[in-house]
Amino acid sequence: MSEKIVDARDTFCPGPLMELITHMKQASVGDTLELLSTDEGSGNDVPEWVNKVGHELVSNEKVEGVWRIKIRKTK
Amino acid sequence: MRILIVGGGTGGTIVANNLARRLSGEIRSGRVKIRMLSASDKHMYQPGLLYVAFGQMMPDELYRDQASLLESSIEFHVDPVDKFLLKENKVVTRSGKTYEYDILVMATGSRIVPESIPGMAEGAETFYSEAGAVKLFKKLREFEGGRIALVVGVPHKCPIAPVEAIFSLHDYLKARGIRDKCTIKYHYPIGRLHTIKEVATWVKPHFERMGIEHETLFNIKEVDTVNKVVHSEEGTASEYDLLIAIPPHRGMEIVEQNGLGEGGWIPTDRFKLTMTGHDNVYVVGDTTNLPVSKTGSAAHFEAEVIADNIASIVKIGSPVREYDGKVYCFIETGHDSATYAMFNYQNPPDLKEPNKPMHWFKMSYNKMYWTSVRGLL
Repeated sequence: MSEKIVDARDTFCPGPLMELITHMKQASVGDTLELLSTDEGSGNDVPEWVNKVGHELVSNEKVEGVWRIKIRKTK
Repeated sequence: MRILIVGGGTGGTIVANNLARRLSGEIRSGRVKIRMLSASDKHMYQPGLLYVAFGQMMPDELYRDQASLLESSIEFHVDPVDKFLLKENKVVTRSGKTYEYDILVMATGSRIVPESIPGMAEGAETFYSEAGAVKLFKKLREFEGGRIALVVGVPHKCPIAPVEAIFSLHDYLKARGIRDKCTIKYHYPIGRLHTIKEVATWVKPHFERMGIEHETLFNIKEVDTVNKVVHSEEGTASEYDLLIAIPPHRGMEIVEQNGLGEGGWIPTDRFKLTMTGHDNVYVVGDTTNLPVSKTGSAAHFEAEVIADNIASIVKIGSPVREYDGKVYCFIETGHDSATYAMFNYQNPPDLKEPNKPMHWFKMSYNKMYWTSVRGLL
C-alpha cells in the first residue's frame, strides 16, 4: 500500500477530478491518494464522486487556498 | 551538441523543425547534430479521424510521409527505441543500434487501450484509430434508428472530442432524416458535462436544444455485449443499440517497460518541461504526466518552448522561457459551425457562441496543419 500526491493545482483540463480518476485507476486497492486542487468546486465534487463509486474519503480540508483531499482505494 | 528526438508525432516534429531552423548555422558548422527516431515512416493528422467517422474526410487525407515534413538537415530513422539508458545518455533501438545524445526529447505519445475495459473492444465503436473511424462511419450509415450511447474512458486524448462527437452525430442523423428515430445519451466521468467548467456551462443549453440525454459520474466498468448494456463503476447502467466509446489511453509501452513512468506517462516539470531528475531530457505532448490536455495543441505550444530553450542552451548556455500551460482547442459544433477554448495554467477559457467563420477556420486548419507541423505556422 502506498501514498501518493496528485498535484492538480492550477489546471483546467483535464482538471482535478479527472486527474484523480486517472491515478485511481493506476493505484492498487488500499493505496491512498492525496489530491491537491485549487478548483473551488473540488471540496464538493470530489467527495460526491468518491461516495458514489464507493472509495473511502479519509480527509477533506482547505489549507491556504488549496484543497487537500485524501482518498483510499477500496475496490 | 547531439540532440536526439524520439517520436515523430506533432510534438517531436515541431521540436525538430524549429530547432533545425534556429540552429541552421550550428548544424552547417558541425557543432550541432539533430536526429529523430520514430516507429513509423508516416505522420497522421489525428484530429481528422472525427471527420472520417462522419464521412467528411477520407483516411488517406490524414497521412504524409514523415521524412517529407522534416527539414533536410535532420537525420531521420524509422527505428523505434527499445532501451533508454538515461544515466549513460544513450538509447538502443530495435535494430540494435546505439545512439548517444547530449539532449534527449521524449515524444513517444500515447495509445488507446479499449481492451482495459471488459467488452469495450468488442462492443463499442470508436473514432480514435483509422480502422475504428471507418467502421463507425459504416455503422452510422447503416443505422436506421434506436438508442445511441456515448461513453468516455479516462484518461483520454482530446478532451473536447466527446462534445464534438455529439454535435456531429446530431447533425449527421438530422441530415439522414432519422434524428427523430434516435435517442442520443451522453455519459461523462465527472459530475458535469465537461471537465472544463466553462465548457460544461456553455454546452448544456446546446445539449437541451438538440435533445441530448445525459448522465454524469459515469465511469465505464464493463460492456455487456450480449445484452447491449454498458455498466458504470458507480453502479448504473445504460442500454444501447449503438455504443460509441472514447477509449481510455495509456502512455507507450516502451516507457513503462523502461520504468520511466507509471501508466507510460513520464514525470515532467510543468514549467521547464524536463523529466524529473534529468535536466537534459525534455518531454513533450501526450508523453508527459502533466495535468494538461493531451492534444496536438498542447504538444505544439510545449514544442515551441522546448525548441526555444534547447536552441538558447546551444547559443548562450541557458534556457530562456517556461511553458505557461497554453492550449487552444477548436470545438466543432456540428457540420457548419464551431467555436474554441483557449486557456493556460492561470486563465480559464472564455467560450464564445459558435459561428460559421470559426468552422471554416477549422476546416482550413485541417489543411494548414502540415504547415504547422513543419514549424512554419
